[in-house]
Amino acid sequence: MSIEINNLRYVYNPGMPGETVALNDVSLTIGDGEMVGIIGHTGSGKSTLLQHMNGLLKPASGDVFVDGQCITDGKANLVDIRRKVGLVFQYPEYQLFEETVAKDVAFGPRNLGIEGEELDKTIQEAIEIVGLNYNEIQNSSPFELSGGMKRRVAIAGVIAMRPSVLILDEPTAGLDPTAHREILSMIRRINDNREIIIIFVSHNMDDIANMCSRVVVMDKGKVSLEGTPQEVFAQGRLLESMGLDVPPVVHIMNKISDEVSGFYSSALTIDEAAKDIREYIKRKK
Amino acid sequence: MRYNKLVMNKEKNKTYISVHNLIVDFTQINEEGIEEIKTRAIDDVSFDIEKGSFISIIGMNGSGKSTLAKCLNGLIEPNSGEVIVDGMNTSDEEHLWDIRSRVGMVFQNPDNQIVSSLVEDDVAFGPENLGVDPAEIRQRVDHALKQVDMYDCKDKGAHMLSGGQKQRIAIAGALAMRPDCIIFDEPTAMLDPKGKLQVMDIIKELNREGITTILITHYMNEAEQADRIIILKKGKVYSDGKPKDLFSNRRLIEGAGLEMPPLIDLRDKAGLPESATTLEDIICLLK
Repeated sequence: MSIEINNLRYVYNPGMPGETVALNDVSLTIGDGEMVGIIGHTGSGKSTLLQHMNGLLKPASGDVFVDGQCITDGKANLVDIRRKVGLVFQYPEYQLFEETVAKDVAFGPRNLGIEGEELDKTIQEAIEIVGLNYNEIQNSSPFELSGGMKRRVAIAGVIAMRPSVLILDEPTAGLDPTAHREILSMIRRINDNREIIIIFVSHNMDDIANMCSRVVVMDKGKVSLEGTPQEVFAQGRLLESMGLDVPPVVHIMNKISDEVSGFYSSALTIDEAAKDIREYIKRKK
Repeated sequence: MRYNKLVMNKEKNKTYISVHNLIVDFTQINEEGIEEIKTRAIDDVSFDIEKGSFISIIGMNGSGKSTLAKCLNGLIEPNSGEVIVDGMNTSDEEHLWDIRSRVGMVFQNPDNQIVSSLVEDDVAFGPENLGVDPAEIRQRVDHALKQVDMYDCKDKGAHMLSGGQKQRIAIAGALAMRPDCIIFDEPTAMLDPKGKLQVMDIIKELNREGITTILITHYMNEAEQADRIIILKKGKVYSDGKPKDLFSNRRLIEGAGLEMPPLIDLRDKAGLPESATTLEDIICLLK
């Protein structure tokens, strides 16, 4: 499974006074089982790019290949593509609508023609992979759950379609720290268990640093930077010029590295940073 | 000028909002058609908010933060207990409009708060509904837009703005009502990093100008900037104090399902002493 994007260009309101080039010559390849973070300032083209990955938008020029199949030549079966590439929008819990959790999760697979025992099994698996107890929750109304649980039910609805790619747009926005941690461990579990490609869009640089093996930075409709979290977050100045930031711990470590001679740390997480400080103290002794 | 400052200082210690034994229940109709209590969202909460202060309310989802906020300007009437705003009880219907024009509110989602297609019309919506004189409305709208640094966008279509800009317009809309107090309910949750910083800067500036500020947030770095933090847990006040005191107590913060600010978390995990509370302290220790 892979996604390949070649020289993608998209223009909003072409030929009109409000004409805006949202994507300009974007190329990107994402391989099997990868977890890729996409960051960018509001209006940088992130969401426009995501919507091309399952055929919700048609590019002005360029191609998108999903699993080797071109989805932009007008011949592709888009229903099939949208099943393969699950897109979880921001605040997906606003899209819950059924009476019970099980019915809500069943909506997608039922529309694909899955029925009976197989449907029940699909629902149960999807609910369990997002970290909820199927027996306890299947008959509850989704509207009675907490914010974090609602969001997980909404994601289970997409998982139940058995996608090979899961695109998550700001999956942790608006959650409290506990629910936030639970969503992150759920995403890791989905990535590990099913070898699904995860595309993770977030403004939370901490999450990106902790979760992703590769980071793509969008700016003014282009891919402006790409690399491991270490490589990308070493470019603090450049990110700042694009209205972005580094994880809070990077700010702290940069300041310490500047002020304390002989100390250097490129840690991206609190645990790595704490280890670097401990080692420095040991060395100094 | 000097006189004004004195008055402000004198007023600063005055209680502006006073919450007494507040209880809010969410009810449902059971199968026999009888109303029963489903959840007690706010469970016997009392506290005072001083005029001109900057208070942050934090807690897990479902801890009662937003319900409490809606009680403070009478959007929710409590089942028992009372909220007194500047001497007026929110359960007293004759004061309700007065209270709501003094205590403004800004919500999380910028898209749900914009009512007009033009920026300046949107900001004018509140004072127009109060029946304010048109010349005065013009003045208020211009001033409010300048306060949030959006005056240059006054003729723009609201749909053309970014989330952060829309949120600033929502704040301007609250300011045009000339409130004494603004409640911000997770105002930065949907914004990108730059938008978050800009909105926080505006919130702090408005507080410096004398507006009593109540900020509900999930971000500990934002809560830290308040003078005082109230932590809610399961509808009760779990803790109430200065940010520095609360965030030095890991057991307390984690017990409320919250997170330590990154610096304090790092200090503890690196085995540095608790006396170090700022980045400068940590740098001194390492030098």
